[in-house]
Amino acid sequence: MSILLNATSRVIVQGITGREGTFHAEQMLEMGTKVVGGTSPGKGGTTHLGVPVFNTVAEAVRSTGANASGIFVPPPFAPDAIMEAAANGIELIVCITEGIPIQDMIRVKDFLRGYPKTRLLGPNCPGLITPGAAKIGIIPQRITSPGHVGLVSRSGTLTYEVGSALTAAGMGQSTIVGIGGDPVLGVTFRDVVEMFEHDPHTTHLVVIGEIGGSDEERAAELLGKGTRLKTVAFISGRTAPEGKRMGHAGAIISGNRGTAKSKEEAFKAAGVAVAETTDDIVGLLR
Amino acid sequence: MKLLEYQAKEMLASLGIAIPAGRVARTPEEAAAACAELGPVAVKAQVPVGGRGKAGGIKLASSPDEARAAAQQIIGMDIKGFKVPLVYCETALDIEREIYLGFTVDRDARANILMLSAKGGMDIEQVAEESPESIARLYPNPWRGPLDFELNQLVFEAGLGELARPLVALIKRLYRAIPELDAVTAEINPLVITRKGEVVAGDAKLETDENAAWRHKELEERYGSVLEGDPYEVEAKKRGLTYVSLDGDIGIIGNGAGLCMSTLDLVQRAGGRAANFCDIGGGAKAEVVENALAVILMNTRVKGVLINVFGGITRGDEVAKGIVTARDSLQMKLPLVVRLSGTREEEGRAILRQNGIEPGASAWEAAQKIVQLTRSLATR
Repeated sequence: MSILLNATSRVIVQGITGREGTFHAEQMLEMGTKVVGGTSPGKGGTTHLGVPVFNTVAEAVRSTGANASGIFVPPPFAPDAIMEAAANGIELIVCITEGIPIQDMIRVKDFLRGYPKTRLLGPNCPGLITPGAAKIGIIPQRITSPGHVGLVSRSGTLTYEVGSALTAAGMGQSTIVGIGGDPVLGVTFRDVVEMFEHDPHTTHLVVIGEIGGSDEERAAELLGKGTRLKTVAFISGRTAPEGKRMGHAGAIISGNRGTAKSKEEAFKAAGVAVAETTDDIVGLLR
Repeated sequence: MKLLEYQAKEMLASLGIAIPAGRVARTPEEAAAACAELGPVAVKAQVPVGGRGKAGGIKLASSPDEARAAAQQIIGMDIKGFKVPLVYCETALDIEREIYLGFTVDRDARANILMLSAKGGMDIEQVAEESPESIARLYPNPWRGPLDFELNQLVFEAGLGELARPLVALIKRLYRAIPELDAVTAEINPLVITRKGEVVAGDAKLETDENAAWRHKELEERYGSVLEGDPYEVEAKKRGLTYVSLDGDIGIIGNGAGLCMSTLDLVQRAGGRAANFCDIGGGAKAEVVENALAVILMNTRVKGVLINVFGGITRGDEVAKGIVTARDSLQMKLPLVVRLSGTREEEGRAILRQNGIEPGASAWEAAQKIVQLTRSLATR
């Protein structure tokens, strides 16, 4: 069992013929992910990495019955790629692309309201992996092993760091989810925590947050209402220099939320153990 | 990109919003000339940060001599780490009342929020805390922008109904900064109603999205080189790197914001302080690593370097090759600790070992090691 992605998920890769798309689609196939095709406008009808390439997501869905997609296209084209996937019934969209303009993402988020069944992961995220079953994105399979720990993180590289520590300690993972570091993104910590809560196979939970926004606080609020998951949280950015702020608009809407302290206190108030360093996570989770 | 006040006002003017008469002055002589032309002026430091009035960066001048003296004092001043490159000399407004108008990205709502309040001026943050209801808010549809009736409601909710016509028109103009400039924050505080009933932007703040810089090349060309920022940050930006200057003596290179931040946390926990950090991001090639190390080493306070790379997109062998090439071509003699894991980590570690760099086992061990090495260097 897992959340969001399993061995039966039918995955396409948007941008499969590009450099990053090729490299990571290959890795996805290698671990057994059911990659049923890819898109690359103008290259429809060809085959790449042994799977069919389509011009559009519509063609890909018609021919393969795909229900999940990984997006590896450059920032100017990624917002449209997300909407194309949603409009064609893809239920899980994973956008790896980094550097999408924020106003484009705000419009995409509004567009997605018309597709309540669709879940967007990212953008600017490492994707997700259900060890032993499937992955969409760039999380290296080698650092993972199947098990019962749910892991959700905003940072890509810290996800690998903690995933590999868990694996080395013999604590396998149900699913590892990187929600991404952008201010405007798809599924949130709270959404993912709720999914793990409802996955009977997941017994433990690690939440890796960072300074900015108040998604961590909202997840802490949910955990504070009671959870069956043994949970550890870690927040990076305690010593990060304060941004040189300009204007008051940001402060008016966010107040004091968003600091490492506010996030750590929110988790502690919810009865969740807070790790001092990533190295302490495994010990606290046992 | 955070625009300076005069730049933001030029942009507002281009959107059709009234601004006071003003001139940019790069020298005291230019300030004197501006005052001779405009009459009494406020001489204002141009820095991309708030609180310049309190820092002594705004002075009133009623004659060219006074303007010259004020500019002499202000140009070159340091305000919160920014060296003032130039001043803006602006005529004073005949103020009847002050309003607050702004928009920003509300990241929790994943939307833009427009805010309007009758209580404009310096203490708007206090207003937000004490009487949040006195700030009217609107989340415009991001595809079509705010509609007239929505803006009308906003204005009446803010208790500014008698100014509905000019304010609705002005807010529509300000909102164009979102689709036309990819603005992420814009603020007019105060928005001044003059005794003659004109609506004029008293101050202006405007920040555009760096991720959208590729579709606004004209902004970068026009304003990009005005501010003399941290020389290392400027150099890093030229090389396409994310770099931040700090005040310790250990240089840090990492990939990904989260990993960089947690590496800073670890170095501090080990008793050290970072001099700077450089985020080489995903997909880093040898050339990028070399660039990062070159920029980190430009700062002469750096006594040792910690490289912490966990590879997803970034491939370990490429990073390792980059580190070795960079160290050799820069003839680096300072202590170097490298922590490398992830995609093609074995290949990467082998390359490091072949070249006399022992890879650190964990990030925490690597942090302790670099702190120890730089300390023993300092006491030698």
